[in-house]
Amino acid sequence: MAKPVLSARAKNQKHSFEYAPAPESRDIARLKPSYQIFVDGKFRDGSGEAVKTINPADEQPLAEVAEAGPADVNDAVAAARRAFDGPWSKMPGKERGKYLFRIARAIQERGRELAVLESLDNGKPIREARDVDVPVAAAHFFYYAGWADKLGYGGFGPDPRPIGVAGQIIPWNFPLLMAAWKIAPALACGNTVVLKPAETTPLSALVLAEIIAEADLPPGVVNILAGGPAIGQALVEHDDIDKIAFTGSTDVGKIIQRTLAGTPKRLSLELGGKAANIVFEDAPIDQAVEGIVNGIFFNQGQVCCAGSRLLVQESVADELIASLQRRLTTLRVGDPLDKNTDVGAINSAAQLARIRELTDSGVDEGATRWSPPCELPERGFWFAPTVFTGVSPAHRIAREEIFGPVLSVLTFRTPAEAVEKANNTPYGLSAGVWTEKGSRILSMAAQLRAGVVWANTFNRFDPSAPFGGYKESGFGREGGRHGLEAYLDH
Amino acid sequence: MTTLDRTDLSDVTRDDLSLRRFLHGLPGVDQVGAEGRAAGLATRSIKTTAKAWAIDTAITMIDLTTLEGADTPGKVRSLCAKAARPDSSDPSVPSVAAVCVYPDLVATAVAALRGTSVGVASVATAFPSGRASLDTKLHDVRDAVAAGATEIDMVIDRGAFLAGHYQQVFDEIVATKAACGSAHLKVILETGELATLDNARRASWLALLAGGDFIKTSTGKVTPAATPPVALVMLEAVRDYYALTGKQRGVKLAGGIRTSKDAVRYLVMVNEVAGEQWLDPDLFRLGASSLLNDLLLQRHKLATGSYDGPDYVTVD
Amino acid sequence: MTTKSKSTKAKPAPADDRLRVRKTYKLYIGGAFPRSESGRSYPVHSASGDLLAHAAQASRKDLRDAVVAARKAFAAWSGATAYNRGQVLYRVAEMLDGRREQFAAEVAESEGGSPAAALAQVDAAIDRWVYYAGWSDKYAQVVGGTNPVAGPYFSFSLPEPTGVVGVVAPQDSSLLGLVSVLAPVVALGNTAVVIAAEERPLPAASFAEVLATSDLPGGVVNLLTGFTAELTPWLAGHRDVNAVDLTGVAVPDRKALQIKAADNVKRVYAPAAADWSADPGISRLGAFVETKTVWHPIGV
Repeated sequence: MAKPVLSARAKNQKHSFEYAPAPESRDIARLKPSYQIFVDGKFRDGSGEAVKTINPADEQPLAEVAEAGPADVNDAVAAARRAFDGPWSKMPGKERGKYLFRIARAIQERGRELAVLESLDNGKPIREARDVDVPVAAAHFFYYAGWADKLGYGGFGPDPRPIGVAGQIIPWNFPLLMAAWKIAPALACGNTVVLKPAETTPLSALVLAEIIAEADLPPGVVNILAGGPAIGQALVEHDDIDKIAFTGSTDVGKIIQRTLAGTPKRLSLELGGKAANIVFEDAPIDQAVEGIVNGIFFNQGQVCCAGSRLLVQESVADELIASLQRRLTTLRVGDPLDKNTDVGAINSAAQLARIRELTDSGVDEGATRWSPPCELPERGFWFAPTVFTGVSPAHRIAREEIFGPVLSVLTFRTPAEAVEKANNTPYGLSAGVWTEKGSRILSMAAQLRAGVVWANTFNRFDPSAPFGGYKESGFGREGGRHGLEAYLDH
Repeated sequence: MTTLDRTDLSDVTRDDLSLRRFLHGLPGVDQVGAEGRAAGLATRSIKTTAKAWAIDTAITMIDLTTLEGADTPGKVRSLCAKAARPDSSDPSVPSVAAVCVYPDLVATAVAALRGTSVGVASVATAFPSGRASLDTKLHDVRDAVAAGATEIDMVIDRGAFLAGHYQQVFDEIVATKAACGSAHLKVILETGELATLDNARRASWLALLAGGDFIKTSTGKVTPAATPPVALVMLEAVRDYYALTGKQRGVKLAGGIRTSKDAVRYLVMVNEVAGEQWLDPDLFRLGASSLLNDLLLQRHKLATGSYDGPDYVTVD
Repeated sequence: MTTKSKSTKAKPAPADDRLRVRKTYKLYIGGAFPRSESGRSYPVHSASGDLLAHAAQASRKDLRDAVVAARKAFAAWSGATAYNRGQVLYRVAEMLDGRREQFAAEVAESEGGSPAAALAQVDAAIDRWVYYAGWSDKYAQVVGGTNPVAGPYFSFSLPEPTGVVGVVAPQDSSLLGLVSVLAPVVALGNTAVVIAAEERPLPAASFAEVLATSDLPGGVVNLLTGFTAELTPWLAGHRDVNAVDLTGVAVPDRKALQIKAADNVKRVYAPAAADWSADPGISRLGAFVETKTVWHPIGV
């Protein structure tokens, strides 16, 4: 009887499965040399500086953007006011809704272009831009489009009215998606908007402006101003704004809240987080590892609801960390446009500096730092996926939002200790729970002071599911029926 | 690879209660999470040189299979010819790993494959249902081995497994392994009948503890057969078994794998879940029949840049 | 503290010759009735200018203690069943109803107006507790629900109490106003630190006695009497207070407090003047809840 003969041949075989580069073509983004702001239905050069927006993956300029100046803010708010007083607030909901449906469809049609553009401007992996940012943005418009003629059923009285002109300021981590989260509910409720994308990621919002123009929305209903903090401040301080919606850091959120004190302007804030991802000893370990990876390395960890604190039950800590480290060695860090890239570039030099500063503090304070072996590109803003073990609750990396691919691992012994440690933060945006025990999930979900609790999953987003924070993570909700409240006068 | 056990698992298999405790103490599998992970791996884009490597590697991992009531010596001989030299016009195409036939056709296959590197695998143990006495099943195995089979694909007693009689399943695998002699044993779990991923994980461990050289998804006679989430769970099992014991065991996926795209996706999964050491016909197999022709068509497309039709590969 | 009152005349003696036992008006913190830790008090006058009593003048430390008590009580109160909270709120109505004449007299003294009008206010206050008692186990059904997400997940959203709420009670309506702002805060599981109407604090101080005998766990409501302008900055700036209701703060004074409130991103509720006799609706309930969304996969 012969022994299997394959062994001999197998020994000679090359095992290494090297994935060849699979880059998405940057031509698909249809980059233009320059982009203009969108005011009163027209594209024009802003009166501010013309700045270059760069690709964070290689620090090369992508395009020039004629940023808005203070005069543009005035023009945009005035145009939004005219549109509000004119056609928009008087238009039947079903007609408003149809415009939003048009936008949703156009985002789908130009999905690949938007995904590549987003990846170029933000540094995020094309896989995420393609599978999350763009489709969820389209879904958001589709969802709120359907609300426009059904607001009377939303629980805000029989005839809820729009607030007026909304100033909306969004961050750089999900540029198109955050624009969708802001614009869709505002328009569905009959408001008009002036949106300011983040200074480092203006391009997808300005292409969204093209889509809006092509959808024939009445001029002034949506105005999009590229610019920096000064433009945001001008918007917040503008006398003819009725409502401010801000997504960004807690520090800036507090400044805005102070600025609006004593004014009748309405405010909703979606701010920072330091989410605990709690893994019990009876968790589905392999899925928990995936959830941890998704929780902190999705979008390079530049996510306000990132699961940046791993709280693992001490009895399974070693096993879990070993599994996690093994898993992290398969993460592919590099060219964001490569379809196989899992972790892309950090959005800006400033953000990279902050991540470095905080991770350095983690080392200084005595935590143990680990990263999988990975070669980082020489140019661009890169940071290797990083795990800190031996983290104590007092360490800065356990308390401050890093907004980067950095996980802090802490342990707990009992459910009560897990709750106590999870809630021991001024933030309260999200939390994760991993256990196969149903009653424990519900108990934990009830006790965690966070606006979103993901049980046996993490980082799920849907237009129908309200999202927003407790405590210093902000107030107001985006998504779902609840998301209407921020844009209705009731 | 060390021959010493890193962990002594003999306690675990001492009796039915110990086995139950161990199998039910394994971490659960969240179905949605496992499906999500499998779907995520399926988005890997394998192009050009990587694709060429993957296609050839996949060919070497095929157990080219015919398991029909209508099988004849003629059919098996033509299959064997294809197995040894998949593309008669291109000698650079590697041979497949093995052919897989019913026990009564093993001798035919052995004769047809003499002098080649291709192994002969035989299903046995009252394949596909396994519904026969243990004596009958073992007789089936001995027949196949005596006829020259180098690999035996057994089926577990799914009824016993679902009834919670783990010791019975375990003992049958042990007895079958003994009957195999030096032939390699692949243990078919028939995960489509086990229904849940938790069961797929438990059955995988049960088969590994009992000494199976491979764990195999399916007979091909039950739908669903090999699915990405089941493959994921079984690859995790051999990975974890290796971490625990230092012993490397294989995984065979069978049933429903027809396209190169599917095969390449599974190689990606092997690479990223179990690790690249498993990208080896000794540790990973694809039980298939029509897959080989699709791999050949894709191989030709990569080599020439133009698409072929089915007339350019052989009907077997 | 010197009194501004021209009259130091005490309350009129009762018809019989028996000397009445006067009440000392104190604070209500953590279920106890302390005097101000500062030892301070301030004179309180009737609508017609008569001295009614000396009320405790709470200090920032009393306020701090009240916040500590409210935080301590939050877990159990927010974790109690909605049915249980409804029962407790209804019990408050029962206790208040049993003392309606006393409160009518105190309201009339504080605010002036006819005895009938005062009684009507007390009755409305009682009914308000009944109203909010009923809401405690219905609000979640009205505003919560499942989210039909596009994926194999069960997702639901439900309201949860914001936490510790600082309430500046309305200055005009000493009992009905107080009840109208307090009941919706505690109905859904928040705990409260209330600053009573500065010049009309006595009905509030007496009302604390009702709360103390209503099965309401100590610390769920903490009631301070004192000077609004002295206490509110500490309340608005306290970082363990999650929300503030500035109903009782004059509009020009609100801005400074809103600025302080931003220190920990407090939810600020600062409504326009209210008609306390009107149907309260649900907007006050909604001002102090958070929406929590929970996701779980659906699989076998």
